[in-house]
Amino acid sequence: MIYAAAVFAPILGSAIAGLLGRAIGDRAAQAVSILGMVIAAICGNIAFAELAWGGAETGSVDLGTWISAGPFHAAWALRYDALSAVMVAMVTLISTMIHIYSVGYMGHDEYPTYRFFSYLSLFTFAMLMLVTADNLVQLFFGWEGVGLASYLLIGYWYEKPSACAAAIKAFLVNRVADLFFAVGIALVFFVFGSVEFPAIFAAVGQHAGETYAVLGGSWPVLEVIGVLLFIGAMGKSAQIGLHTWLPDAMEGPTPVSALIHAATMVTAGVFLVARMSPLLEFAPTVKALIVIVGGSTALFAATVGCTQNDIKRVIAYSTCSQLGYMFIAAGVGAYQVSIFHLITHAFFKALLFLGAGSVIHAMSGEQDMRQMGGIWKKVPVTYVVMWIGNLALAGIPFFAGYYSKDAILEANFDVGTGVGLYGFVCGVAAAFLTAFYSWRLLIMTFHGKPRAEAGVMAHVHESPAVMLVPLIVLAIGAVFSGMGFHAQFVGEGWHEFWRSAIVNGPGNHVLADLERVPESIALLPTVMGVLGIALAYGMYVAAPSLPGALARAFGPIYRFLLNKWYFDELYDAVLVRPALALARSLWQVGDATLIDGVPNGLASLATDSSAQVVKLQTGSIAIYAFSMLIGLVLLVTIYLLFR
Amino acid sequence: MNQVGFPLLSLITFLPLLGGAVIMSVRGDEATVAQNARWTALWTSLIVLGLSLILWWRFDPALAGFQFAESLPWLPEFGVGYRMGVDGISVLFVLLSTLLTPVCILASWEAITTRVREFMLAFLVLETMMVGMFCALDFVVFYMFFEGVLIPMYLIIGVWGGPRRVYAAIKFFLYTLAGSVLMLLALLAMWHFAGTTDMTVLLRTAFPQTMQYWLFLAFLASFAVKVPMWPVHTWLPDAHVEAPTAGSVILAGVLLKMGAYGFLRFSVPMLPQASAYFAPLMFTLSVVAVIYTSLVALAQTDMKKLIAYSSVAHMGVVTVGIFSLNIQGVSGALFQMLSHGVVSGALFLCVGVIYDRMHTREIARYGGLSDRMPAYALTFMLFMMASVGLPGTSGFVGEILVAIGALRVNFWLALLSSTGMILGAAYMLYLYRRVLFGRLTKPDLRGILDLSPREALVFAPLVVVTLWMGVYPSSFSHFFDASVAALVRNQQAAMAAPARHALLTMAGEEVVGPGSRAVSAVGSSGDAR
Repeated sequence: MIYAAAVFAPILGSAIAGLLGRAIGDRAAQAVSILGMVIAAICGNIAFAELAWGGAETGSVDLGTWISAGPFHAAWALRYDALSAVMVAMVTLISTMIHIYSVGYMGHDEYPTYRFFSYLSLFTFAMLMLVTADNLVQLFFGWEGVGLASYLLIGYWYEKPSACAAAIKAFLVNRVADLFFAVGIALVFFVFGSVEFPAIFAAVGQHAGETYAVLGGSWPVLEVIGVLLFIGAMGKSAQIGLHTWLPDAMEGPTPVSALIHAATMVTAGVFLVARMSPLLEFAPTVKALIVIVGGSTALFAATVGCTQNDIKRVIAYSTCSQLGYMFIAAGVGAYQVSIFHLITHAFFKALLFLGAGSVIHAMSGEQDMRQMGGIWKKVPVTYVVMWIGNLALAGIPFFAGYYSKDAILEANFDVGTGVGLYGFVCGVAAAFLTAFYSWRLLIMTFHGKPRAEAGVMAHVHESPAVMLVPLIVLAIGAVFSGMGFHAQFVGEGWHEFWRSAIVNGPGNHVLADLERVPESIALLPTVMGVLGIALAYGMYVAAPSLPGALARAFGPIYRFLLNKWYFDELYDAVLVRPALALARSLWQVGDATLIDGVPNGLASLATDSSAQVVKLQTGSIAIYAFSMLIGLVLLVTIYLLFR
Repeated sequence: MNQVGFPLLSLITFLPLLGGAVIMSVRGDEATVAQNARWTALWTSLIVLGLSLILWWRFDPALAGFQFAESLPWLPEFGVGYRMGVDGISVLFVLLSTLLTPVCILASWEAITTRVREFMLAFLVLETMMVGMFCALDFVVFYMFFEGVLIPMYLIIGVWGGPRRVYAAIKFFLYTLAGSVLMLLALLAMWHFAGTTDMTVLLRTAFPQTMQYWLFLAFLASFAVKVPMWPVHTWLPDAHVEAPTAGSVILAGVLLKMGAYGFLRFSVPMLPQASAYFAPLMFTLSVVAVIYTSLVALAQTDMKKLIAYSSVAHMGVVTVGIFSLNIQGVSGALFQMLSHGVVSGALFLCVGVIYDRMHTREIARYGGLSDRMPAYALTFMLFMMASVGLPGTSGFVGEILVAIGALRVNFWLALLSSTGMILGAAYMLYLYRRVLFGRLTKPDLRGILDLSPREALVFAPLVVVTLWMGVYPSSFSHFFDASVAALVRNQQAAMAAPARHALLTMAGEEVVGPGSRAVSAVGSSGDAR
């Protein structure tokens, strides 16, 4: 079936490119992996179209048994419903664009790039397995596979210490979250006796009243499961507290950042929440927690994004912030809206990263926006697509982000609860900041006087067509994906589009009520966006001395934001250093002194005496012979005694 | 006599000794002897591997009992006999042993240059002892093989080991001796009670509760050292560090499984009440092992020590699974044992590859190797990921099943015993980064060569098995599904036995239930005396 082809073509490409790359040459390896992706994108989008417009039946493709032990059973299967299909279509399409773009971007790398393309395809495959999983364990397979691929790609330039550190950090921070996810899976099996989605979703209602005793209290078991799975989602989707790996992940080549931030990896957490909607509908506390975490992240990341000077870092924090938006939507029960934003975001975020890559390419590898400026005439296509990307990101009307972001804030306002209001306020404030840092980025990068060295400036050039074509395709998506999908995803057609892929509980009318939000509220995000742009214009064009003056005047706040709220320093002091110190003391004191003290005393006794008694070439043999003898004597003695 | 009509298990067990005899009879100058010894050992072990594959094809996984059984009278007046047989729990360990032996012989092809004949002989004897131990169905036979394994291992560490081999070997010995003596006492006590050392009878004998406690502790003393469990684990890093590569592979791959196998073969089925009673103790020790030794591994500067400590942590997961006493936990423990046998063996081989080239295990002496050794880097990456339990590799299956089994006991047990997911990733990625990533700055590493064809051949079967176990674990786990189900069922029945006892005697009929069989076995052994 074409659906299976969409999932498995990338891994085939990855294996051929990776294992045979040296034999068949770099060009051939690139071609194979791109071919795999193109096949996947065509098949994936056909499968999606059949479901969305062709009226195809949902179902699942069974591929065989994976793990089974007693009643525990996890299958290899591909789930085919609206949620999976839309993710497959998006992931394959965006990833294909990134593959093609990489041919140009990695062209100047001093090493052959077959390894890079192999990893990219592996990354895509893992994400596809994740979104098509029909049970939690296969989802975890994709989940961890994504972790592996991100580790390999972030650390792609393994000679750079910072890249290695970032790669390890990404893997470990994710693993912290995954620990809870894994335990959550175990608890799901404990409660439902199955890890298969159909079985879980069918039985959710029966377990709604059950409780589970942990942490000195008795909690509704579905809430406990929800919290555990959500912690997993927080790790992958870089929510506040577990976000620290994401900004560092830009140590990888820029196409990797685009892949991580747009199509694969970070969207996995949002996907998980949407996938588990039948269960979360019975876990109101977890939903409230999701809104609070999402709202806080949206605002926190936006504040940090306003002060960063590295072009990729600004975009990285914007991802963090946008993921927060997706969660506040999911937390109020509007899972469809969160997936809508996930899709539109995928287009414009891939566009922004690849655009930034094009800028970096033009600037001979420079990433610091303070060393850019005044290049917009030299890179016109990049300049235009970056505008489009930022317009979409800031939620300016008729660009993709406008539809999805508006729907999110309306949904939050609409539910009328306290947490909903919190999400709404955070979202509106973050919308303002988003527009501000987006235009700060545009102005600092492209406008003003050139701040780079003359040699660099002389070399500034537009990227080759192989990079520009993906940019243009993504730009089209960033313009039209919002209005194009609005009706089906969250508008009047949502019911027959999603069918049972996403479940809204009986009391959950948030989607139906979307259109009833007052006009003034619906306009608010747009107004905030325009204000943010105006502020950026004021600070960086009209009065360029203002930012520096502000930074000096509010020194502590500025440094707090510049240093990303000191999360890294905090973790280093509270977790990393103590763990390493503990490790050393356990080894040197615990093992070497305490535990080994006893046998070492005995051993030195034995060596001394044996050295005097026997002189053999290897002392050890003597000891063995001697000890065997003791053993034999003991054996015979005891045997005789018991006879 | 059994489904193949000839004593297959004895043949697999003792064929290596025949190869050993051939090796001893070779004459000629030293180089010829060495070369002949290598080839003879390799062919012997390959034939043994081929024979053991008959087990793979002919073993009936639907049956929970012992298959390929053999029985010869030996000391009939004491109830001791030569009994062999495998069930789902042991059969794959036979295969693991016969798979790793040729791998080790091939890995030592060039690394061992002195006393090659004796080395190969020691390895073949070791194979006999390992296979015999997993096949033995009589406690005395088991005990002999169990202790016998140590002799060739002592020699391999003591003669072909590193500079501190004497210290390591003595430590190894002191630790294991104490445990062995206590197990011997347990053997005698069980024989005294049941009147036989036939393990199939012992499995059906209901030992009194207090006796079970003492027997359990005696077994624990022996098996805990072998696993090794915290805090009797410190012999392992030293033994690994000093052992030659092949010795480490077998030590980690098979010998560490002896303790856990002992728990599964003796403690849990024969002492069901005691196993349930002491389970919290086992959980505590295991969880401490996982966290403690993972942290210690993080601080290591010697590659082999790091992997040795990681073994202790992984075996902690195994003991959690065993004593969770449910199907998922025990299956997970078994799978983790098999997986760890392959993966940690392969990791030691990975260390061996660069040790053979640079003659140091110091992590700081390496860096940036992936530049010069891409195939090696890929292989190491695969086994590293299997070690940290990445889904799709063999390491994940055991880990998730144990987590599921542990959660049925207690939430915190599941959470804490799974912390290896984080810590394991930390020390392995940190190791990989220091050895393979970074810039290649050390001048003597410039000329380092990638895997030779022989080394690639050594890794190939392990790569295949690791991925196969990860993607389609059922082809392995179906071997032990029935046995594990029976084990868990019997354990639960034994816990409920006192209540059922009266009922069954009243009914006064031959009942197939395990509880009743245990009762009748007690009766008959009582009559015998």
